Formats: sequence, C-alpha cells, structure tokens
Amino acid sequence: MSDRPAHIGQPHLRHNALRHLAGRGAYVSDLQLPRMLHAAFLRSPMAHGLITALDVEEARTAPGVVAVFTAAELNARCKSWTSGLGHFAGMVSVPQNILAEREVLWAGHPVAMVVARSRAEAEDACERILLDLDELEPVSGVDEVLLPGAPLAADGLESNLCFRTELKTEGVAQAFARAAHVVEGDYAFGRHTPVTLEPRAVVADYTPSSGQLTVHHGTQTPYQFQDIYARQFGLPDHKVRVIAPDVGGSFGMKLHLYNEEMAAVAATLILHRPVRFVADRLESFVSDIHAREHHVRARMALDADGTILAMDVEDRTPIGAFSAYPRTSVVEGNQSIRLMGAPYRMPDYRGELKVLFQNKVQASQYRAVGHPIACQVTEALVDQAAALLNIDPWEIRARNVVPDDAYPCTSPTGYQFEKLSHEKSLRLLREMIDYDGLRRDQAELRNAGIHRGIGLATFVEITNPGAAFYGVGGARISAQDGAVVRLTPGGEVHCAISVTEQGQGTETIMAQIVADQLGVNPDQVKVTTGDTDTTPSGGAAWACRGAGIGGETALRAGRKLARRIAEIAGAVLQADPDTLALRDGAVVDAATGVERLTLAEVGRIATYRPETLPAGTDNSLSVAQHFAPTGYPFGFTNGVQAALVEVDVETGMVRLLKHWVVEDCGRIINPLLVDEQIRGGVVQGLGPALFEECLYDENGQLQNGSLADYLVPMACEMPDIIIGHVETPTEDTILGAKGVGEAGTAAAGAAVMNAVNDALSPFGARLMQTPMTPARILAALCVGQG
Amino acid sequence: MTLPLHLTVNGQSVAEHVEPRTSLADFLRDRLRLTGTHLGCEMGVCGACLVLLDGKPVHGCLVLAVQAAGSEVQTIEGLAESGALADLQRAFHERNALQCGYCTPGMLITAHSLLETTPAPDRGEIRTALSGNFCRCTGYESIVDAIAVTIERRAEGAGA
Repeated sequence: MSDRPAHIGQPHLRHNALRHLAGRGAYVSDLQLPRMLHAAFLRSPMAHGLITALDVEEARTAPGVVAVFTAAELNARCKSWTSGLGHFAGMVSVPQNILAEREVLWAGHPVAMVVARSRAEAEDACERILLDLDELEPVSGVDEVLLPGAPLAADGLESNLCFRTELKTEGVAQAFARAAHVVEGDYAFGRHTPVTLEPRAVVADYTPSSGQLTVHHGTQTPYQFQDIYARQFGLPDHKVRVIAPDVGGSFGMKLHLYNEEMAAVAATLILHRPVRFVADRLESFVSDIHAREHHVRARMALDADGTILAMDVEDRTPIGAFSAYPRTSVVEGNQSIRLMGAPYRMPDYRGELKVLFQNKVQASQYRAVGHPIACQVTEALVDQAAALLNIDPWEIRARNVVPDDAYPCTSPTGYQFEKLSHEKSLRLLREMIDYDGLRRDQAELRNAGIHRGIGLATFVEITNPGAAFYGVGGARISAQDGAVVRLTPGGEVHCAISVTEQGQGTETIMAQIVADQLGVNPDQVKVTTGDTDTTPSGGAAWACRGAGIGGETALRAGRKLARRIAEIAGAVLQADPDTLALRDGAVVDAATGVERLTLAEVGRIATYRPETLPAGTDNSLSVAQHFAPTGYPFGFTNGVQAALVEVDVETGMVRLLKHWVVEDCGRIINPLLVDEQIRGGVVQGLGPALFEECLYDENGQLQNGSLADYLVPMACEMPDIIIGHVETPTEDTILGAKGVGEAGTAAAGAAVMNAVNDALSPFGARLMQTPMTPARILAALCVGQG
Repeated sequence: MTLPLHLTVNGQSVAEHVEPRTSLADFLRDRLRLTGTHLGCEMGVCGACLVLLDGKPVHGCLVLAVQAAGSEVQTIEGLAESGALADLQRAFHERNALQCGYCTPGMLITAHSLLETTPAPDRGEIRTALSGNFCRCTGYESIVDAIAVTIERRAEGAGA
C-alpha cells in the first residue's frame, strides 16, 4: 500500500464545484421526466380543527388536472407512521398519515393533493376545493399546555407531554446547599427553521411493468428513505431506488419524513407516471421542520473562588402536534440537557426535560441538534458568575474547563470523552484575538460612548455517532457506512460510498483519503454518492459522520484494494507483496522506490489477460468494505468561540465586528473545507441569535412565513470569521478524524449573546432571549419605557 | 391563452408561445431548460434567479417572460460559456466560495455586475452589493474573498 500520506491534510479543491460555477448543477428541482405530473396541496388554514366538509369534485374537472386525492385514496396506500425510540421510555406521539383524515394539526397540514400537467394548473385547481373546518382551540403556549383542562394538540393524546426525563447526580442538592454563589436565569430561544435555498424537492416515478419505484429526492439520507418507502408502501427494498443528486442545502432538515414526499410516492404508485413536488417558499415555512424553541430555567452553583460545583436545568421544548419520524423530536432536548456544562469539571448536575406538543409546524433536528441551547445557557451562566465574582470571563473558563490531561473522563450527564483540548484551545484563542488588547480598546471606547462587547463560549460537539444514537432505540437508521473501491482497467480509481454530498466536500475528502491509500492523485479518484442502486447502504450524512465514519470506511476500502493490487502485482512480478508499495500511480519496490508495474498495467492484466496470472490469483479489482464505529459511543470534539460586537444603545442595533473560532476536530483531512464548514456553521448560529424567529400569533398562525419577513443573515451583516485549530485525533480509528459541521453553529449564538451582554453591562442590562432583536435590546435597556 | 414571444437568450433568438403569467425564470428553466437559473423565494429577495436583461441584473422570478419580449437575456450558462466569468469562477473555485451551489449562479451574476459598474469596491461595498443574495452554506466570507481577489487580479492585469 501507499506508505506516504500525501493528500490527507491538503487544501484540495472541490472538483464538483466547477459544475455549479458553470450553472450546471443537477438538482431534483431541475429534473423533468417524460409524462411527468406536478403536485400541489390544499392545506389547512387553521392550526387546529375538524374537517366537516371536503368537496374536490370541481377541482377534478379543472383544466390540466389528472387526479385529485384526499385521505381516502392516498392514506390507504401507505401504512401510518408513529414516532418513537426505545431508549426514550414513556415517549408518546400519535400516528401520522399522508393527508389529514378528520383532524388538522397545524396551519399548513395537507388536506388534499392535486396532480396536474403543470404546477400552475395544480395550484389553480386547489382553489376549487371546498374545505370546511370546525375550529378547535389551538395549543400554542408553553407551561400552560400541561395545566389540567388544557386543550390537547391532537386527538388520542392524554396530555400535551410528549416526553419527560430527568438526569440527576446524587450530590446535586448538597452542591447547591454548600455553594458560596448561585447564578441563575430564564432563557428563551426562538423557534427557527433551516431555510435551505433549494426547497424540498421530490420526483417519484413508479414503473408497474418492473415493479420499480425510483424516487429522485433532495435528501441527505437516501438509504433511510429507501427503507421508509419500501416498508410504508409494502415494496421490497431492492425495488426502491432513491437518488439524491445535487442538494441545495440540507442541514438536517431534509432527513425527516414529510407528508408531501410520501404523497408524491403514493400518487405515482396510483398513476404510474412520474409525480413531482417542489415546495415553494411559502410552503417551506409551513412544512419544513422548525427547530429549537426552548424555555430553560437554569442555575449554576459555584464555590467562593469561582469553581463550578453543579448546574440545575429545566428545559421545556415545544415541538408541534406530533414527534417527527423516524428520528423523533426528542433528540434535540435530550442533547440539550446532556450537553449542559460539558466543557467543565462539574461534579454534579440535574437536568429535567419536558417535550411539549403544540399546534404548530413539527419541530425536529436541525444542524447542531441541542448544542446551541446547552452552550448558550451554560456560557451565559459562566459569564454571570464571572461578573458576580469579579473574575475575568477568560479566566473563569480557564479555571473550570476539564484539564487536557484529565482524559478519558465522563460528564455528569453520562457522556464519555476520549480526549479533548479545552485548555490548549482557550490559550490559542487568547493569542489569536489579542484578548488583553481587545479589553483595553473596549475600555477606551466606552469612555467615548461606544459600547463594544467581547463574548466567549467554550463548547463540546457530538460527532461520529455510533448505533447508540438511533439504532439501539429500534430506528432503522444506519450508523455504519460502506464503500466499493475499484481500479479501472485503465488504472484509474472509482469509489462508490454511502456518505453523501451536499456541498460540504464529502466527495473531495473521500478522493483524498482513497488516493493516499493507493498512491495516486485525488483527481484520479472518481467518487460516486447519493444513489441507493450504485452505492452500498449506509448512514449517509447526519450528526457529523462523513469525515470520521465515511472517511474511515474509504480508508479501509482503499487499503483493501491496495493489498489486492500488491498481490496481483506480486504474482506478475514473482515478488512478495509485502515488499511492494504504491506510489505515483505505480507499484514500486518498497525499499528502493523503483517502479515495477504501473497501475494501468495492473488494470490491463487483471481485466484483459487474467489467464496470464498464476492459478489461484484473485483478479478482483473491486473491493467492498463497510465500517461501523467502535470504541466510544460518540466522537466528541471541542473548541471555543469569541465574538466582538458593537451595540448602538440608542437603536438597539448590534454590529458584528469580528468572530473567532478555535476548533479541534481531530485529524484534518482538508483544511480549506474544514474552515468553510466552520464559517458556514457560525453564520447559522448567528442567525437565530440575532434575526431568525418563526413568529406565531395566539391562533397558531405563522406571522412571518416568507423570505421577505423572516430575516436570515445576509452578507452585509456578517463578520469576517478567523479560525484556528488544535488537532487531537481520535484513536478509535486509523484515520483519526472527527466531525466539524456543527461546531460553528454550536457556540456562535452563545458567544454573541455574551458579547452583547458584555457591551450592555455598564447599563445593568442583560438579555436572556434570542433572537436579540433591537426591540428586545432596547427593552432590556429600559429605553422603551423612557 | 398563450402569447407569442420573441427574444434573444444567450445570443440565440428564441420564438415561443407562453402563458402571460409565466415568469421569465420559469420560462428559462422549464421551456428552454436553462436550469442554472434557480428559484429560492419567488418574491425577489434571495437572488438565486438573477439573470441579465439587456445587460442589467433582474430577478427572473419577478419579470414575466412576456416582459422580456425583444430583449437580450443572459443566463449563467451563457455568461459561463462566453468566458465573461472565467476569473470569477476561478477565484470562487480556489477560495471554495460555494458549497451546495444553489446560490452560486446568482452570486456570480451579482459579482459580475458589481465589477462592471464599480471600479474598485472594498470589502464593505462587496458585502453591500451581495445584500440581495442569500447563501445558507458559506457564511459569505469566502464569496467576499473571491470577489476581492478577482478585483485585485483584474487591477494587476490592467496595470500590466
């Protein structure tokens, strides 16, 4: 095998970016198939109600209409689905179907489906459907939804409590009793939504003569959907092909089951023609998952010198009228309460989680699941403690983080940490930002009436998830991945792998990893992803697993092929394979580096002249390898972020001046791509901290469900982001890589909130709610009251 | 009801019949299969559907196809094939100024138009120019960097 890693660690450019730069991306929303039909949905205008009349006859005769479906036709084609995971004991959620049958559960719930020659005609026909609803009282509050006599979010529920759990160490009460100081707060996080620029898109295509269902689906998890479509529609899974070509953003949003995708599949099974559904932006806001509405009461106990003793946290998180499928909407809260205090030596902890039903859009996993909540609450409390004890915010963190030599260790919430680098990361950040200089500038500018704030946030990120995440709970979600790597007859390399590409650079890093095992250039490795027919089954993209688990799969597959090549070459050369190595596209003598046989020659002989090989030589130039993570249940990473902001205390406007991240994701495969994952992640954390919130009125109506009304971060508001690295490889794998996709999002909001509060500290004002809008900042400053 | 429509797209004359309600973006994508023009919001705020109409950037989702009658439309495909974007494309590639790629055609058209109209924009001006282009992946910095380096390279080229 190749003995010199040459490409892992290099900023190799993404070859697949060139297509996009030429306008030649191939997204599901671009796809046109022969005889393709277009779907549109009539949706509930009310958040909660009972259907009293539904008349679709006039729509059936509208121009261009091929079919109109109600629950009676579509739901019969598909088994209902009920969200749950075995390890969330006591969790409840009512069964779901494609279209509302009797009860509508949120404003936007699909009630009828029109399939027509064009999307415009399908929409026109939706206008001709008569729908009458008896309005039921919508469930939209937080604590009050659990009061006796409160209306229930869905028929069949006994209460609006989806799930409750509590984690508790034995000494937590004692820790608070003996604490010298306790800081506390009520923290509120606004519900927001991923807003992928390409909306959800699906083209479902059933061919009755072959029994083949092909679903072109803009998703990050094609194998999961292959399994869902097969089981829900009663098809053998090898007759279900899911193809995920270019995907215009996903971020966790496109791995959940949605009514509209299921409807498109049901419709093609009935109509035997391709059926396309592409959400328009207004539909996206009322059907894509929302995320991260949390209401957290938290306390932190410290001793007299500022050592953290314990935290006590109550997290209530409303999710919609049911839990999302197949991953549940409980994971977000579960991770939130388990990540609290994670960077710190904190012996005791109590965390209580209540997951609540409401009549709103379903809420579930979105990039950095649970992390921003845990980080923001913890880091806000740490800053409050620092202020109370008059300790510098950097210093109190340095005193309390788990020391770099204290690993392995286990958090009071049960997370096992292999090796993290908080101390090293904090020291590097301090140098990078010139912390003392920033503090001096801040003091001088304050005298001039300019209010700048510096915010710090340490974090821990969950990556490389094993089966402990979903598999043990009974979900058919793979924690393993697979790759087939082959040497072509011409001596080039092809790698088909189950981890998928949404622009993060999966295909590029797989090419780098495989190239190093085979002694070739990454440009010689073609990587195929996103098609269940042409790649082995695996987990694909979720919870930061591509580099760590997918990368290890590619590495092991590459090594297996390298060994096979050495054996074939050894047979040709009458040499011991152990004395051969692969370098620069050839088999060489390992000791001298002298070229013995080119890979092109190996490909030629094994493919066209296998009869010349000695008897018993295996000429298979394709090898398959699967890899399931072993060792630690998760591969945790860590880092620290810093934000520099300026707050205009007259207008409440926040200007983001600069942002820094120090991140330790283990072995860095491609520094260019790692940095861009961090930057993109940071901005997805800054959005909800300052702008993004799905605003509902008391009737459960979304008030700002368009891109003109829902504020997302734009270029003019975002800061430059400076990144530094610490590299602590995991010893669980040969590659040593961990994930990096969620790190930016995990702590950006926490850093900015601490920075804003730092800027406001001379006024005695403190924000505990995000997004930190100008109105909320002014309210905190009491300017509103004059 | 359809109306006849004559226009020039990427240098080629096009004659079609369209419904009056068909947007220019839908016409380009669905009829001419120029799918590099993307739809993100269909209300003129995300910038994914930007095309050049008689040389000026417009939102393809806000212009009706019939409004483009007699005009010259340039899409990302035409601009890319003409070579007009070559240095921007190179800088975007080198700087990894795209991830999912869905905003990229609109970003390139905004950048192209900025560089045509403003001689030497600084980073702040670049960020302001991009304020109508939504990108959910990159965080924008790499896009700003790629445009900035293109400006530098063009200045060096002009000076050489």
